Amino acid sequence: MNSVGKYFSDIFYGIKSLWKGLMVTGYYFVHPGTIVTQQYPENRKELKMFDRFKGEVILQHDENNFHTCNGCGICQLNCPNGSLEIITDSVTNEDGKSERIIDKHIYHLSMCTFCGLCIKACPSNSLAWGQEFEHAVFNREALTKILNQPGSLIKKTPKEPKAPKPVVTDTVPTSNPAN
Amino acid sequence: MPFNIYDFSGTTKAVDQFLYSTMSPTWAFVVELAIVGIIILLVYAVVGLYLVYAERKVCAFMQNRVGPNRVGKWGLIQTIADLIKLLMKELVVIRKADQLLFNIAPFILIIASFMAIAAIPFAKGLQAVDFNIGVFYMMAVSSIGVIGTLLAGWSSNSKYSLIGAIRSGAQVVSYELSVGLSLLAVVIFSGSMQLSVIIESQANGWWIFKGHIPAIIAFVMFLVASTAEINRGPFDLAEAESELTAGFHTEYSGIRFAFFFLGEYMNMFIVASLAATVFLGGWMPLHIGNLAGFNHVMDFIPPIVWYFGKTVFIIYVIMWFKWTFPRLRIDQLLTLEWKYLLPINLVNILVIAFIVLMGWYIK
Repeated sequence: MNSVGKYFSDIFYGIKSLWKGLMVTGYYFVHPGTIVTQQYPENRKELKMFDRFKGEVILQHDENNFHTCNGCGICQLNCPNGSLEIITDSVTNEDGKSERIIDKHIYHLSMCTFCGLCIKACPSNSLAWGQEFEHAVFNREALTKILNQPGSLIKKTPKEPKAPKPVVTDTVPTSNPAN
Repeated sequence: MPFNIYDFSGTTKAVDQFLYSTMSPTWAFVVELAIVGIIILLVYAVVGLYLVYAERKVCAFMQNRVGPNRVGKWGLIQTIADLIKLLMKELVVIRKADQLLFNIAPFILIIASFMAIAAIPFAKGLQAVDFNIGVFYMMAVSSIGVIGTLLAGWSSNSKYSLIGAIRSGAQVVSYELSVGLSLLAVVIFSGSMQLSVIIESQANGWWIFKGHIPAIIAFVMFLVASTAEINRGPFDLAEAESELTAGFHTEYSGIRFAFFFLGEYMNMFIVASLAATVFLGGWMPLHIGNLAGFNHVMDFIPPIVWYFGKTVFIIYVIMWFKWTFPRLRIDQLLTLEWKYLLPINLVNILVIAFIVLMGWYIK
């Protein structure tokens, strides 16, 4: 292409691409529905956080107040900054054997960096991300939480057939009991 | 006192006669100057503040945001609150700065835009001074502003400021040519530089319609070149937040910074109203040739509404540019001017001169 042709084709190509850009922003300008801003304090009633949102670590309980944590302590070992503390207890089960259960699953929200290593490491998938995010308190002791609900029990899986080894994933279950 | 929203000349004449009949001519002249000055000052402050608000809103909507919405209804008082905050801020004294130049630089910028407002025809009979070289005057005073920018950059004794100011100088001096040449297009069409005559010549249609394609080219050229001349994005190399912190006003704080900020927005307003006046008929309602009925309906909308409508439209277009396009590099900026805008403008002027000579435009 000769230089004169290139000169004019540059001009028209430039105008075309600029017009394309103008159309994008112009579309957003006349369509207020494309606004993504959440106006937080006003919409706290209907604000729905996203599935991947990392609000806080929770211990999942089902509707009968059962959890699946057997107190193995792997989450505690995996936590880089010591946010989790597990106090175990032992009870005698129906077979007459001594069995480990959790007494207190303590979570220091004030120290948590939300890295998610505890949730990834949990072999029985009992930890998950909760979607609560209004954590501001006046007393920092309030940030130390006991994750197992009072009176909750470990969910017994039937011995036979042997349950397959749970797959460790990062998915978040739907149940989200408040602590 | 006669008051007519369609024609302010009766009102202004009545005020003039009242003043001259009650006091000596010298005092009447001084009082008139004071009245006009105060009115323009008020318009300046209000328009400047609300342009900042409008810019923040337009920018927010284009970026899928909401923009200021906490202070007052829809955030309408936000910029006033910002101004009050800026008024209370400390004026930081730069130790190794040239104090005199550093202090007067913002005023030079403000004075330049203030002088330009004087010649803007807001409505029929609502124009402070009607020079017979109005277009020339507007160009001349609006380019005084660059001296303020250069002084600010030089006197701050800071590398960011100096680079910003030098860039701004190169940019304004280059784009001044294109602004002048694109305005010359309409000067050739209307045969006058007087803004009121240019408006009267658009009584049967605006120049952007009457002048065919050359007028449209001139209009687009004017928009591009004047956006560059007022140092706004995508030509905001003088400020270039990401590379020069804030360019020539890096070292300014408090109300001096607010002056630069207001001056920038008022320059945008002046450029937009000049474009509206010259290309879109100023306060002249939309008239199509001899369609008497249509023209009569359009005449019911007051001229001041027409004027502000057109100006706001052009301001919107300039903001639309700013929030869509990325900033140019300095070499791209000068290439755009010297290789594209200037040659096209010169050819355009030639074509317009030929069209006017042959009488091929809509008279």
